[in-house]
Amino acid sequence: MNALAPETGLLPGFSDPVAQSQKVFRVVLEAMSRPGTIVAAHTVASAPRPLDPVAAALILALVDYETPLWLDPAAAQPAVIDYLRFHCGCPLVERPDQAAFALITDPKSMPPLSSFYLGSDEYPDRSTTVIVQVPHLDGGEGWSLKGPGIRDQAILSAGHLPAAFKAWVQDNHLLFPRGIDLLFAAPTHVAGLPRSTQLEG
Amino acid sequence: MAYAANENDARRLWMGVLAQSAEAELARLWSGLSGLPGWDHLRRPEVGLVMVRGRMGGDGGPFNLGEMTVTRCSVRLENGAVGHAWVAGRSAAHAEMAAVADALMQDPAWRDVVGQKLVAPLHRALAAAQEQAGRKAAATRVDFFTMVRGED
Amino acid sequence: MYVAVKGGEKAIDNAHALLAEERRGAEEVPELSLAQITQQLALAVERVMTEGSVHDRELAALALKQAQGDAVEAIFLLRAYRTTLPRFGASQPIDTGAMTIRRRISSAFKDLPGGQVLGPTYDYTHRLLDFALAAEGAARPEVKAAETGLEPSPRVTDVLRHQGLIEESGPGADIPGDLTRQPLNFPAGRDLRLQNLARADEGFVLALAYSSQRGYGNTHPFAGEIRMGEVAVELVPEELGFAIDIGTITVTECQMINQFKGSKTVPPQFTRGYGLTFGQCERKAMAMALVDRSLRAEELGETVTAPAQDQEFVLYHSDNVEASGFVQHLKLPHYVDFQSELEMIRRLRRENAEAVP
Repeated sequence: MNALAPETGLLPGFSDPVAQSQKVFRVVLEAMSRPGTIVAAHTVASAPRPLDPVAAALILALVDYETPLWLDPAAAQPAVIDYLRFHCGCPLVERPDQAAFALITDPKSMPPLSSFYLGSDEYPDRSTTVIVQVPHLDGGEGWSLKGPGIRDQAILSAGHLPAAFKAWVQDNHLLFPRGIDLLFAAPTHVAGLPRSTQLEG
Repeated sequence: MAYAANENDARRLWMGVLAQSAEAELARLWSGLSGLPGWDHLRRPEVGLVMVRGRMGGDGGPFNLGEMTVTRCSVRLENGAVGHAWVAGRSAAHAEMAAVADALMQDPAWRDVVGQKLVAPLHRALAAAQEQAGRKAAATRVDFFTMVRGED
Repeated sequence: MYVAVKGGEKAIDNAHALLAEERRGAEEVPELSLAQITQQLALAVERVMTEGSVHDRELAALALKQAQGDAVEAIFLLRAYRTTLPRFGASQPIDTGAMTIRRRISSAFKDLPGGQVLGPTYDYTHRLLDFALAAEGAARPEVKAAETGLEPSPRVTDVLRHQGLIEESGPGADIPGDLTRQPLNFPAGRDLRLQNLARADEGFVLALAYSSQRGYGNTHPFAGEIRMGEVAVELVPEELGFAIDIGTITVTECQMINQFKGSKTVPPQFTRGYGLTFGQCERKAMAMALVDRSLRAEELGETVTAPAQDQEFVLYHSDNVEASGFVQHLKLPHYVDFQSELEMIRRLRRENAEAVP
């Protein structure tokens, strides 16, 4: 991609939106139905910084004009905002609890999971899905996961998360059927941590 | 955006003309343009729906009337100018021509040519069709007279 | 309870082939083109767009061709197709006051700014079959064009409103409810009711409107104004941040004006019912306006006594795709259900017979 003048610096999204969205959706489906499994990501060629191409592909596939998106302060850059407005047409919201999807690019300073929309008893499916961009999916402290979609036990070690993250996930699980679903986007892979998953050790 | 308010108005007008014109007429005038610069898709022509809203009572709060098919497309010219199009219907070719024309109209080197050979004739055709429809309607204008009923 | 049934694939394929043959009709008769349908069966196309809730003449024509002219089946096809497309956004509310008018009448005022414009109408025709149309290429009368177009035609309700004689419509919510996205809850706001009525089956809405006139619910309506013509559809693309016209559509609007004797807080004034459709669906727009007004009974402090005033009754039964699905599902296999009922009847009769001394 050539360097572009500022006002024309929009990066292209998917070259084939239908087929590529479907591929990304398959990745998300696999990651969510087998929590902790590290799934090879489908990605886009380029994304405006600090957005990684894998996280960008997730957003392009999942977010549209009917799904309000919350960006963490690190992601809320003009280039990212223009990119998302153009390709997704999504409303950007000020508060995490107004969002159908949230994008975290600086996990260390992410807000607690309880600050997102947790869903209602009538419509637990309307809770926020949080996409967390992480540098890697191995080499962290390693949590052991249990629950639907996990035969015995799965290990997930997403890196660079706040110290309280584990406690947040445990509290989130207790809200079931309400609660947040998490998707981790590493540079080449994706992993899911839905609300149904219990976190141990 | 980097455009002045009046530039937005000008762009709003030509984008509307490009979207509302008949595709055949647009294509016919398009073929008269030569030496056009190269361009790339920022967004390939994509068909979707827009929810058309009305107003309760015609002048109150909005409500959803029903959807319409729309094709959108965005392109970038070699020199960097970006053009967008949102066009009712499902024609990829129409949306693509409208997006390229929108980009050309922002390019000082092309604005006069595209304005004169494409946008202006299309605008005139739309106005003429509207005027003709208005005169046909006016021929059906009627004056009702209230008849005074005789007393028994 | 439903049980899967197996088999019949070949019979189903053959049935569909037979349907295709019936649809085509005799080979020696030329096949209909979509252009012929959009041009010459325009009112059928417009009904399918209105109730199918998708404005696209070609798609509606295709649906009608595929459904052999069955409007409800065509509406179902269009609704199904709609679910395959992404939604890009919502338009700015269309401005019917700025309509390019092709028809505009008022039964309340004879002299109104802009005048009474009959336009293309079946009113004042004699409803005699025109056998000249049975012959192709028959001459038709010459269409006249006036020297000049129409003067600006403000809405009749705007004229009354400026005199303070009619209720204000009220601003409503910025983002209206959408019953294609959220489940319908009661009481439903007027925004949702109007969306429901716009998609509703014309026959159902017409019958309800008729019932309200015949005394099932009290309305004293005048057709304040009916207008049909073209309006521009505006949208604000996220990437531009300002509104652009994306196309022009034909709509029909009806404003019904009703008596209202006033209340403790509101002086006597006219109230209104509103109808809006894609295309030229005048009967539907008028019926919709009557039922909209009936459904406002509770809001206006009137006693709810009639079907047309009952939100749940109207909104739950107005959709012909849903209604048709539920009625027609009865023809699907219910063999196990029926066997158990049969068994029960037999048992009851046996028991009765044994109980007789």
